[in-house]
Amino acid sequence: MAAPVDAVGQQSNSRTLLIRRIVCYVVLSLFAVIALIPFAILLVNMTRETTEIQKGFSLIPGDYFFKNFKTVMSKHDWKMLNSLKNSLIISFTSSLLSVYFSALTAYAIHVYDFRLRKPLFTFILMIMMVPAQVSALGFVNLMNSWKLTDTFIPLIVPSIAAPATFFFMKQYMDSSLPLEIVEAARIDGSGEFRTFNSLVTPILKPALAVQMIFTFVTSWNNYFIPALILSDKNKRTLPIVIGIIRSADYASFDMGAVYMAIGISIIPVAVVYLILSKFIIRGIALGAVKG
Amino acid sequence: MANFKKVLAGSLALCLAGSVLTACGDKDGESGSGGKGGSGGKGGSSYTYSEAANKKAQEVGDLKQQKADRIEQTAEGSDTSKKQLKIYTWNDEFKNRLRAYYSKYDKDASGMTGEVDDQGNYIVGEHEYLTDGTEIVWVTTPSADNAYQNKLDTDLAAQAGSDDKIDMFLIEADYALKYVNGPYVMPVSELGITDDELADQYQYTKDVVTDSNGTLEGVSWQATPGLFAYRRDIAKEVLGTDDPTEVQAAVADWTKFDETAAKMKEAGYQMLSSFDDSYRTFSNNVSHAWVNSNMEIVIDDTFFTWIDQTKNYTDNGYNNKTSLWDDQWCADQSSAGKVFGFFYSTWGIDFTLKGYAGDDLFGQWAVCPGPQAYFWGGTWMCAADGTDNADTVADIMRELTCNKDNMVAITNGTQDYTNTISGMNEVAADFASDFLGGQNHIALFSEAAPKIDASKLGPYDQGLNESFQAAMKDYYLGNTATVEDAIANFYKAAVEKYPELKVPTE
Amino acid sequence: MHRKSVSYAKWGYIFIAPFFIVFAIFTLVPLVSTFYNSLFENYTVMGYQQIGPNFVGLQNFSTIFDEENDLGKYFVNTFILWIAGFIPQIFFSLLFASWFTDLRLKLKTGAYKVIFYLPNVIMAAAMGMLFFTMFSQNGPVNSIYMSITGKDAPYMFFTHAGSQRAIIALINFLMWFGNTTIMLMAAINGIDPSLYESAQIDGANPTQTFFKITLPLIRPILLYVLITSLIGGLQMYDVPQIITKDGLSCDRTSMTVVMYLQRYLSVSKNYGMAGALSVILFIVAAVLSLLIFATVQEREPKKKKKPAAKGGK
Repeated sequence: MAAPVDAVGQQSNSRTLLIRRIVCYVVLSLFAVIALIPFAILLVNMTRETTEIQKGFSLIPGDYFFKNFKTVMSKHDWKMLNSLKNSLIISFTSSLLSVYFSALTAYAIHVYDFRLRKPLFTFILMIMMVPAQVSALGFVNLMNSWKLTDTFIPLIVPSIAAPATFFFMKQYMDSSLPLEIVEAARIDGSGEFRTFNSLVTPILKPALAVQMIFTFVTSWNNYFIPALILSDKNKRTLPIVIGIIRSADYASFDMGAVYMAIGISIIPVAVVYLILSKFIIRGIALGAVKG
Repeated sequence: MANFKKVLAGSLALCLAGSVLTACGDKDGESGSGGKGGSGGKGGSSYTYSEAANKKAQEVGDLKQQKADRIEQTAEGSDTSKKQLKIYTWNDEFKNRLRAYYSKYDKDASGMTGEVDDQGNYIVGEHEYLTDGTEIVWVTTPSADNAYQNKLDTDLAAQAGSDDKIDMFLIEADYALKYVNGPYVMPVSELGITDDELADQYQYTKDVVTDSNGTLEGVSWQATPGLFAYRRDIAKEVLGTDDPTEVQAAVADWTKFDETAAKMKEAGYQMLSSFDDSYRTFSNNVSHAWVNSNMEIVIDDTFFTWIDQTKNYTDNGYNNKTSLWDDQWCADQSSAGKVFGFFYSTWGIDFTLKGYAGDDLFGQWAVCPGPQAYFWGGTWMCAADGTDNADTVADIMRELTCNKDNMVAITNGTQDYTNTISGMNEVAADFASDFLGGQNHIALFSEAAPKIDASKLGPYDQGLNESFQAAMKDYYLGNTATVEDAIANFYKAAVEKYPELKVPTE
Repeated sequence: MHRKSVSYAKWGYIFIAPFFIVFAIFTLVPLVSTFYNSLFENYTVMGYQQIGPNFVGLQNFSTIFDEENDLGKYFVNTFILWIAGFIPQIFFSLLFASWFTDLRLKLKTGAYKVIFYLPNVIMAAAMGMLFFTMFSQNGPVNSIYMSITGKDAPYMFFTHAGSQRAIIALINFLMWFGNTTIMLMAAINGIDPSLYESAQIDGANPTQTFFKITLPLIRPILLYVLITSLIGGLQMYDVPQIITKDGLSCDRTSMTVVMYLQRYLSVSKNYGMAGALSVILFIVAAVLSLLIFATVQEREPKKKKKPAAKGGK
């Protein structure tokens, strides 16, 4: 579409465009390098042993990669594979629940006209600001008294009520979900639930994907609440295990293992992100705003 | 509606502006560049350090903890619990001792081949057993951020009513009295272990775990006397000798130690690496415990010597401005380091220092007693009240802490200094460490161990030592203008951790 | 229209039910119990002696507001650490998002988008650790610093308030700028492309297009970014915790409110003081959200006009 417009422009325009393009690439590449530095440190230190790491950083990899990997995977106290599995279960289910129910709630506020609509919207905005740490105390005590500690329920079910995801969905619907679509569906005789599930969710796909990634990563990296809820060594999530490896004292301190464990925890997330990011970018281009 | 919003926005703006202003006021007071007058003006504020008040608090007398009453067990251990030996620990050290030196550990059933990993820990199967079929269940929680004690506190509190009994838990000297005087421990005598059996152990290792009624509540297989470890090559260059006796003469008391530090600086070396290196030699030689019987925090005079010394070292470049366990602190022990020496105890020399020194400095280190006797580290075993494996717990304690032959074997096999006076004296008669260039450091340990005084230990030592060192670091680095400011920060941190403690006032 | 809204209202309640039921159980109840705790003296001594709960009214609050306890300082710290990361974050995200979506520049952006987001997948604590390594006395930054300046002593990044704060802000920036860029890109891509085309035909330069079209139309998402960032800022804990060793270093100049809250919980389980601090944090959060909400409401009429105008086109 843009090509004919460019053709209208003059030669000098294309030269400034070239310069702008170069500037952009330089700046972008600089930031890309900065963003990759932590990974470089991580990758190099994954291949080194504790004393090498403590002597200072160097770009030259060591040859402890497989040893570190074996240490992390084989230590019975850590149960790395098991915690990887636990983290996957918790993050996947909670991100799914979070995007679905938050979208449903946002949809209700967006589409339906009911008496409590405005006050409830305000209410969600209010609670969105409340830091998790504020209610953590009461939360852990409550889970204790319901005998839900050392289960995944306190880590999965609460994600149904995710105010931040809700707010994003609401914002997205404001700009991309015209009420006419819903009304047209009603005229076609579609039930309300079916309209949401089969007509609205496809339109929301880009937003759902973005939020799914965000909530997945948040849950995956969450340490604060899981550390308070899970103490059984078969139930631990990755961040808890990394915390344990990291806080080991002199008798079993292994920096190489710490970096390896962090590396292992990042790979699945990066994969999920890479898979979904293509999908998002494609989806966004078809933004429902044109409707 | 619009008016309401304006009022709302206006009042919010006011609130924010107000809070920012007061906060800025605070900040000016703290930056200390000249704002001392401001905070002094408050008068009688709760965290202010006063020398007179501290002196008065010193005279009150140390806190005498009341031994807590034991709790009646309301539930019996289940059949599973009776076949499981559940042990709480924060690291792998004890596990390895048990695996290698407890005769009833079933190596075959536990899948132990004798191979060790990089950290020197035995490789074993997922489940470990004793020869009578009892499974050993390790509950390992690192001690960082108080996590180990929190876990222990929660689970011990549930012990009486639980059918899954904890059988044994391990503790460290810095907080031992918290558990020794607490309600959850079973006295050693109740396990059937007699005073005669324990007679060959160092007195201080018993003092650490003796409750306020004089009852012994735990035992240890090791003693951890500390020494001053120094680089032989630097000693030769600067002091003209690397002989431990002559080097000891150069560090025999703090005055000489400081003189040597100045020489090191001149030659381009640092005497110590961190702010905290010499801390334990002071904190083990206090004349007052951290807390007095009024529950007031007492700062012993010795600490002011440490503060003056460390400030002086920092300002003059006698130390490398590191903190214990920093990467740089560890690196300072390798050939890349320019640091003369480290205060280290048994495990520190034979395990930690040796690891960091690497091949380059193997044989290049030596040890001498240093200015003052002290100890660092050590692990004590306690039987958990309500244990349903009391006989096994008693048997482990006997074999690992009362059996001289077994303990000498531990020393020979692991270089760990064990808690048998006669045994260690025998080993000390003829010993040479390759790492220390052939020096017999066991002889030095056996001279130092009887001198250790643990009588001033208290239940708050760990938390208060940590907070005190952290607060003083700000003073050394100039982040707080005066010692008094740094002490105020220490008081603040202490009361946040322990609401029951008070800051002494005049 | 009126009849419709009456007949469909119940669906509104049905659809929001799961959200609010879960919220009530898992957030509201704990919140209320936390607040209830703030009125009691309630802590543990030596791990086994429970003190309280004894009703003490507002005493915990007066203790916390005691000038010596420096609550204002921790709020200011939190704000400084947040804003120092947020300003570059929003600036660069806007810049990059507008470059990425610029029809004339036609940049190849796929790899950049992926890379910019990547730091976000590392958990905050690990990120703190990596930066601690980078800026430590014998880390790579210091070896570069020493070789450039010719000094023989490293710069102690973690013992100066300014550099310590800057590193925390840098980490927060690095973790979130990719996320924000993607978010803003999504918003810009949602704008009707014909608007840009006509602007281009009218001879608008990129700067004009950005300020006249892009910025006003992505306001809802910008607001979202601001709010979520504020929430994150208010909750800031992991990164400064690792960098500052429990917040104590440098005279507590990087101790955030939540780190302060944790100090009451870690050893003594001081539910009274922690509860009081939670109430204060809640009020601050509520005030902030009210403030933001008020701004949203004021913009609402304008926003309603626009789609109407667009529809008329």
